[in-house]
Amino acid sequence: MAYGPHTPADRRRMLDALGIASVDELFADIPETLRASPLKLDPPEPEQQLMTRLAGLAAKNRIDLASFLGAGAYRHFSPPLVDQILLRGEWYTAYTPYQPEVSQGTLQSIYEYESLIAELVGLDVVSASHYDGAAATAEAALMTCRATGRGRVLVSRAVHPQYRAVLRTYVDGAGLDVEDVPIVTDGPLAGTTDLEALERLLADESQPTAGVVLPQPSFYGLLEPMAEASRLAHAAGALFVAVVEPVSLAVLAPPGAYGADIAAGEGQSLGIPPQYGGPYLGILACTDALVRQIPGRLVGMTTDVEGRRAYVMTLQAREQHIRREKAASNICTNQSLLALAASVWLAALGPHGLRDVAALGAARAAELEAALAEVGVQRIHTAPYLNEFAVRVPNAADVHRELLNRGVLAGLVLGEAVPDEPSVVDSLLVCATEVTTSEDIGRLARELAGVLATGAPGTPTRAPVGVTS
Amino acid sequence: MVPGDLRYTKDHEWVRVEGDTATIGVTDYAANQLGDVVFVDLPAVGKPVEQFATFGVVESVKAVSDLYAPLSGEVIEVNGELAGNPELVNSDPFGAGWMIKVKVADAGQVDGLLDAAAYEQLTAEG
Amino acid sequence: MSASGPRLQPTIFELSRPGRTSDKVPHPPKDALDRIPADQRRERPPALPEVNEADAVRHYVNLSQLNHAVDTGFYPLGSCTMKWNPKVNEWAARLPGFAQLHPLAPDDVAQGTLQLLWELEQILIEISGMQAVTLQPAAGAHGELTGILMIREYHRSRGEADRTEVLVPDSAHGTNPATATMAGLRTISIKAAPDGGIDLEGFRERLGPTTAAVMITNPSTLGIFESRIGELLDAVHAAGALAYMDGANLNAILGRFKPGEAGFDCMHINTHKTFSTPHGGGGPGAGPVAVNDKLAPFLPAPRVVREPDGRFRLERPGERPTSIGRMRSFVGSTGVLVRAYAYLRTHGAEGLAEITNDAVLAANYLKERLADSGLFDIPFPGVCKHEFIASASSIKKRTGIRTLDIAKRLLDHGFHAPTVYFPLTVDEAMLIEPTETESVETLDAFADALITIAREADSDAETVKTAPHTAPVKRLDEAGAARNPNLRWRPALGDWTPCPD
Repeated sequence: MAYGPHTPADRRRMLDALGIASVDELFADIPETLRASPLKLDPPEPEQQLMTRLAGLAAKNRIDLASFLGAGAYRHFSPPLVDQILLRGEWYTAYTPYQPEVSQGTLQSIYEYESLIAELVGLDVVSASHYDGAAATAEAALMTCRATGRGRVLVSRAVHPQYRAVLRTYVDGAGLDVEDVPIVTDGPLAGTTDLEALERLLADESQPTAGVVLPQPSFYGLLEPMAEASRLAHAAGALFVAVVEPVSLAVLAPPGAYGADIAAGEGQSLGIPPQYGGPYLGILACTDALVRQIPGRLVGMTTDVEGRRAYVMTLQAREQHIRREKAASNICTNQSLLALAASVWLAALGPHGLRDVAALGAARAAELEAALAEVGVQRIHTAPYLNEFAVRVPNAADVHRELLNRGVLAGLVLGEAVPDEPSVVDSLLVCATEVTTSEDIGRLARELAGVLATGAPGTPTRAPVGVTS
Repeated sequence: MVPGDLRYTKDHEWVRVEGDTATIGVTDYAANQLGDVVFVDLPAVGKPVEQFATFGVVESVKAVSDLYAPLSGEVIEVNGELAGNPELVNSDPFGAGWMIKVKVADAGQVDGLLDAAAYEQLTAEG
Repeated sequence: MSASGPRLQPTIFELSRPGRTSDKVPHPPKDALDRIPADQRRERPPALPEVNEADAVRHYVNLSQLNHAVDTGFYPLGSCTMKWNPKVNEWAARLPGFAQLHPLAPDDVAQGTLQLLWELEQILIEISGMQAVTLQPAAGAHGELTGILMIREYHRSRGEADRTEVLVPDSAHGTNPATATMAGLRTISIKAAPDGGIDLEGFRERLGPTTAAVMITNPSTLGIFESRIGELLDAVHAAGALAYMDGANLNAILGRFKPGEAGFDCMHINTHKTFSTPHGGGGPGAGPVAVNDKLAPFLPAPRVVREPDGRFRLERPGERPTSIGRMRSFVGSTGVLVRAYAYLRTHGAEGLAEITNDAVLAANYLKERLADSGLFDIPFPGVCKHEFIASASSIKKRTGIRTLDIAKRLLDHGFHAPTVYFPLTVDEAMLIEPTETESVETLDAFADALITIAREADSDAETVKTAPHTAPVKRLDEAGAARNPNLRWRPALGDWTPCPD
């Protein structure tokens, strides 16, 4: 057996103690008619062979491309110390800190995570983690309904399309309503949330709004009118939810500064590898006033019987194991190890390192914008961006595919990602971070110019693949 | 021993009726079963409550329990002390740990409640 | 506590000293942010800790040593399956080809991961006896919500939207009723039969035209195989409802019972339990959901598709309009699924069968040892599966020592406590799950420790009541923590420092 310790003698000893001849007797309680057909699987693979197989599969993935793909998952530098800490078994082979006396490491690390994120977002209550940014956003929407007793959530179409899809699944699930707030289609504010439309939707008194959800920066990379949207939401008695990218908060105004009641976001950018979608880190934070509405675990500082500072899971009466069908959410297992990863990454970089990461990404993005403009490829929006923006490229899907053949991953084809947003057809969403090199930027500009000069490549051999479903 | 001048629900709330005002709380038995009370969620003044319907929630560290109104009426006062000192529910459940006062809608509803003897018998049976 | 033992640590914020920051990334040009409007900028830097690399590493290493973990010792936490976490799985997930792949990478450059995911689906289909799998859910509870939303959609598609009730045994995990609520359905709790199993009559009384689903954990949270499950499934289907299986206890039935073959319509699998993808201090896990043909049309999108030419791709937007939609961003917690795949390939069919045999043998052996002692109550004395219930009910009556005290005293013996006070239906419950990867010497040592503590409850109750005595902290003020929550460190004013630029 691969990992079990039992010798035939050990098993014999246990069977003898039970007074039975075969382990089969321990399964006699499974009615014969319900017993399983034989398992048909490939034979067991010893570790050496397994490693060869896995290395072979991993090698089939192409990670050597010059990549400008972001759209909700971002490559960042992670100092080696981060992964070395994560590889300590005391962290990753522990479970939920049910016995605080032998879990102070995990508990204190969660408290510190809550504190670090609270400082970044400018809100005082931070949950111990959620599945990902999309699930955290959906939970935030449900929170607004519980807190206000209202049943309608307004979501900007500038929010990541997959987040909107998940939010819809959750909100529909709970029997509540979700409505889109459109984006402005032209002019200087093109691509950002349409505040006039938001105001109209909020004015509908037959359907009082529980929450308004806006992103910062948006799916299109743009800076959104958060302060004004927050004011409009509050004037209508609704709560305001900011969907944020945490690295950007080193330099952008935090949700607490513009009056957001809840912040949700994807913590993957805090040094967690992209790993094809997860495990990621759902960030969820709120004001003190909403502490009893927030789902998921919370860790608090307290004292022990001898007066020593100690940490414990608290306010558990919100949770499923106590409140069952009346719980704030069904969440149990969360993303604790990723919260630790984010904390160690933040500690390794410090406040100024984090600012450098954000500012360097902005600088690289400006360099990218200039390089693309030089070959005649322009932004489709004019509103300010931080490190991600959309550019107009005719036949974007074909061009994107041809660039892939040339070793360049030219961001995201927006027409496929948001097919229901006509204002962004024929464009690519590109991003830069501190790990984007000038060489790669030059390569993209050069290859793009080449592809555009030779005209649109031939018809696609495979159907395009988008991000919404 | 529970106070003899109060009436009780089988869900362990007590009520003291004085004129048309009813003071409502939970019994010492309920407080003991819950353990250390950490939070009491009560309705706002002016809200209606209905006999045997939930009017709030009491939380301890590892349990949570709905509160059921012994009588129908309108909330006229809420014990604000409990917000900062929820432990009063444990230390003085029949006194300083009271929860709400209600303007009684139908005094006849009292007849549907347990008296002290009946309530003690209920808790003795567990 | 010895001077060399684990020490409590100050917070990382208290280690911070202005200017003590490591240079990890290049400095940006001074004008990098000039194009950001002033009213969108952060006014002052966040007051994050400023520590050098040695401070940071020592902080997290020292903190880690305050944890009990599978890597440090026995962890018999019932219903959690704290088995050994193979090291090769960590290596696998960190292969750059897996770890550095962007989730929106075009299919053509993601063939390795897509193939792995597809093969993993086939393995889970075979184990569950179902017809299709989604790998999207991020945890067991997330899988439950996925499954119940699919079931709701199935009924709606048949014009039976008024099926709004979910029947759940009272011994179920709290996630089951909480899931029903999130799916807009109503939970009806059914009391267990006197033997701890499902009460067939209780279910039959409530099954009807308004039933959407039953949710059953099998083996149950008492560690007992539900031998009446066949009859229950017949009754459920006769009523037009569907049956969901909570797969938390899959470790007990690998190769012995395939829920899909037996008639369940849907189940989730906790990869962090059964397939040892570690628990990570509370997560991440993954909660793939397996379904039969009735529910396959409703699976979340996108699914992994194998083309006739052997290549793999994700479903296109709108390709399967019957889908319930998305449960999360991207494809799933792929890094966790790589570990599950490695674990499953390592074991194959015979290895998986051996896991279950050994897990069940170990649990029965441990139960027998405790029953033999005559000190603990064993409320369900028959054969158990991978876990069992012991109770301190008699000990409490005799000595006043409760399960909580015994749990704390176990920590002094170097063991993690079992799951305590769950299920809620058993007085002074201890749910003990030894798993298949603990040696018979460890099982004996744990039984000996419990027996020693039970005797100590008679001879020296005070020592038990005031345990633990070797942990760095003991008996925390949980009431105080909840009454006056301190949920974050508040850096003193001036703790932030202006940027050196």
